[in-house]
Amino acid sequence: MKCRCSECDGEIAVPKDAVNGEIVTCPDCGLEFELVIDKDGKCSLKVAEVVGEDWGE
Amino acid sequence: MKIGESEIPFLPKKLSIIFDRTRWEEKALIKAARRKRLQTELIDAKTLCLDVETRYDAKTYGDVVLQRCISYFRGLHVTAVLEKNGLSVVNSFDTSLVCGNKLLTSLALAKAKVPTPKTCVTFTPEAALEAMDRIGYPAVIKPVIGSWGRLIAPVNDRATAETILEHREQMNSSLLQIHYIQEMVNRPPRDIRTIVVGDRVTVSIYRSAPAGVWRTNVALGATTTPCPITGELEDVAIRAAKAVGGGVLAVDSMESPDGIVVHEVNSTIEFKGAAAATGVDIAKKIIEYLIEISKR
Repeated sequence: MKCRCSECDGEIAVPKDAVNGEIVTCPDCGLEFELVIDKDGKCSLKVAEVVGEDWGE
Repeated sequence: MKIGESEIPFLPKKLSIIFDRTRWEEKALIKAARRKRLQTELIDAKTLCLDVETRYDAKTYGDVVLQRCISYFRGLHVTAVLEKNGLSVVNSFDTSLVCGNKLLTSLALAKAKVPTPKTCVTFTPEAALEAMDRIGYPAVIKPVIGSWGRLIAPVNDRATAETILEHREQMNSSLLQIHYIQEMVNRPPRDIRTIVVGDRVTVSIYRSAPAGVWRTNVALGATTTPCPITGELEDVAIRAAKAVGGGVLAVDSMESPDGIVVHEVNSTIEFKGAAAATGVDIAKKIIEYLIEISKR
């Protein structure tokens, strides 16, 4: 599946085996998106959260 | 035959994985759960609205919940709600709370007499300077909450200490006004990560810092190689895991001149480096442990 980057309109390829919450990166501008797959299997992208001070293991 | 097309029936038990970002580890866990024919529900914590009066039960959340949030506070709060509803969450609230806070971890390790570096906590820059004088230079200053080596600094002398403390004061973070200070352990340029699942050591690896780098976090470029599981290492790792409440844990330790010392126990573990270095299917071991928990 292919999506468009909301920042630069670049084309982002979503791997076939991608799962909900996976991060994809725009190859043109480098912006990171989180993959959202709804109950019907439809994919959309939302800009990924930035690293928080409590992120990690 | 693809995994999803298997004719082998699913197990009667159900697993929920609570996540907020799907890393390599979450993908490996999902695949391992499918291979074990464990019904698995993926729940994005960012979409949750948890009502304190609603009863959340196994119908929605499964017989066991694996909490995998990358955000410590988010994961901790989700765990609090689900555990109060009687659900079985791995890791537990208590374990997550202790492991996510370096001071609480140090206290738990010290209480259980697990060897750990000399550590102080102070709440003002002046007291921090006194603590570093007492511990001696070089020392290490760390945030009590945080991961991946973020804002951990070696403090070689008093001038550096004063500079770091001044920077911390200027940062608008109450957590950074708690100064967790530790002796600098005389170790080789590596540490040891030991993964403990339940009451067993699964794997152990060395994490070696790249040339010129002091911290040994994989997130900062450390390389991973298998580490022999000696009797001492196994004993210390299992005792450290028990000390923080047990579960699925990564015990980080160092080789000091006096033996193994544990400096950290991680609760929402990342194991990509350990799996690559050892070839062990760590995700499978974790899923097997969850199935065992779900039967209790």
